[in-house]
Amino acid sequence: MLNLEHLSKTYADGTRALSDINLVVQEGEIVSLIGGSGCGKTTLLRLIAGLDQASAGRISLDDEVLSGPHPAVGIVFQEPRLLPWLSVADNIAFGLDGLPAAEKKARVAHALDKIGLVEHADRWPRDLSGGQQQRVSIARAFVTNPKVLLLDEPFSALDAFTRASLHEHLLALWEETRPTVVLVTHDVQEAVTLADRAIVMQPKPGRIFDELPLTLSRPRDKTGLPFETSVRRILTALDHSLKAPQLQPQRERDRQAAALWW
Amino acid sequence: MTGEIVNSAWSSHEGAAALAAPASTEKRRAFDWRILLGFLLPIAVALLWEAAVRFGLAQGRLVPPPSRILTTLWGLAKTGELWTHTWMTLWRVLVGFVIGAVAGIVLGALSGSSKTTRQILDPTLQALRAIPSIAWVPLFILWLGIFEASKVALIAVGVFFPVYLGIAGAILSVDRKLVEVGHVFRLSRVQLARRILLPAVLPEAVIALRSGLGLGFMFVVAAEFMGASEGLGYLLVDGQQMGKPDQILAAIIAFALLGKIADSLLVAATKPLVRWQDTVRERL
Repeated sequence: MLNLEHLSKTYADGTRALSDINLVVQEGEIVSLIGGSGCGKTTLLRLIAGLDQASAGRISLDDEVLSGPHPAVGIVFQEPRLLPWLSVADNIAFGLDGLPAAEKKARVAHALDKIGLVEHADRWPRDLSGGQQQRVSIARAFVTNPKVLLLDEPFSALDAFTRASLHEHLLALWEETRPTVVLVTHDVQEAVTLADRAIVMQPKPGRIFDELPLTLSRPRDKTGLPFETSVRRILTALDHSLKAPQLQPQRERDRQAAALWW
Repeated sequence: MTGEIVNSAWSSHEGAAALAAPASTEKRRAFDWRILLGFLLPIAVALLWEAAVRFGLAQGRLVPPPSRILTTLWGLAKTGELWTHTWMTLWRVLVGFVIGAVAGIVLGALSGSSKTTRQILDPTLQALRAIPSIAWVPLFILWLGIFEASKVALIAVGVFFPVYLGIAGAILSVDRKLVEVGHVFRLSRVQLARRILLPAVLPEAVIALRSGLGLGFMFVVAAEFMGASEGLGYLLVDGQQMGKPDQILAAIIAFALLGKIADSLLVAATKPLVRWQDTVRERL
């Protein structure tokens, strides 16, 4: 269980990037952070990853307080960030340094198979397309079997087709070990495709505006009505979060209750 | 280039025959004959000058024709003199280069990887860099004598600065995003240096070493001007004092070849280390 308590981040220049974030993510849950640019989504992810320090508040994972990069927390960045001098296989094995060679090899082979890049194992990252590079980067995060996986808009630079196929690769990898996933995105469709819960964030300072459970069964049918309804609900919440930043958020749950009434 | 060949072959009717012939050259990346265009101008100038001297249009005493330069070069090679001088020069450059490059790499790495050491080291080194290296010559001669030590020292100083600047700059410009990948996987400082910083700076380090080597050849001439009895630089001075312009030009040609060969060897030796680079490296 990933637990964020009263998390705030103020940068040295006085910018308040995050203010009083409280969030509990259950084990194996996929949570999507969604919101316009500048609402602190990426900052929040960097705090959990231990790449930046929070100004106030606490992050804990199963009762252990996180104060820096932790072996049980993996991250996939917006860019693939592969090491250009390592082959695809060596890039995937980058975080497996302490393991025996045979175990390492087996895990890398399995990951390569899962992302469908077995025949590219010995090539350099420069020979891969953007989508393939991002797949390698996802595999690099998954092979260490993290308990928590952080995804920072990992598909934002890809075209729609590539993105859809990467969603499938991601879910296939997730199925195996079911880590907790925190996915930052600005793509509502992506949130509904992947997440169990959408957290809508609000800018200046970054804070949580609303939470929407996404209880659609998997695999999700993107053309179905429930999918459309969920997308619309998130869009409405986003709209409110941007238009009326000072208004007290009207809870989605209340609205649902009202809908049931009439 | 190869694309053109294939296209023209397909569009013409004798295409099938033409295609069959270049197939073998195609495999080993068909040699680009346009490279030879670069030789056109110097050969034309050489031939013109040769003709001008032959036909009595020019005396060719101060600017000897190519044939005489080549004869001199051949003569020097036959007596073995050329090789003694070349080895001497090469040895000086090599020792000076190794000393200067090692010092440059060590201090460059120190100054690039820690802010405190940079603030201590860099201002002094930058101040020293502002001194024209030749200005050290009198001091080096006083300190180290007129023989090998002072020459090697001068070359080492010349090699040191480009290497130092290149290495320190390369470390400072390593992509923060890749360093963060190291942080995420909790690499220690040493691991970070070995697994991310070192490979990341290699391409720029190679360039720094190459410019260092180039300066090494520059300074070996200066060093050999200050009283040497052997070396290609000595051949230059000797040629001037004895009025033998053909010997000077022969030594210059030897320098050019030597420098080019040394640089090519350095590039070839380091190529496997930077093969992964996604750049237009070929133009270097």
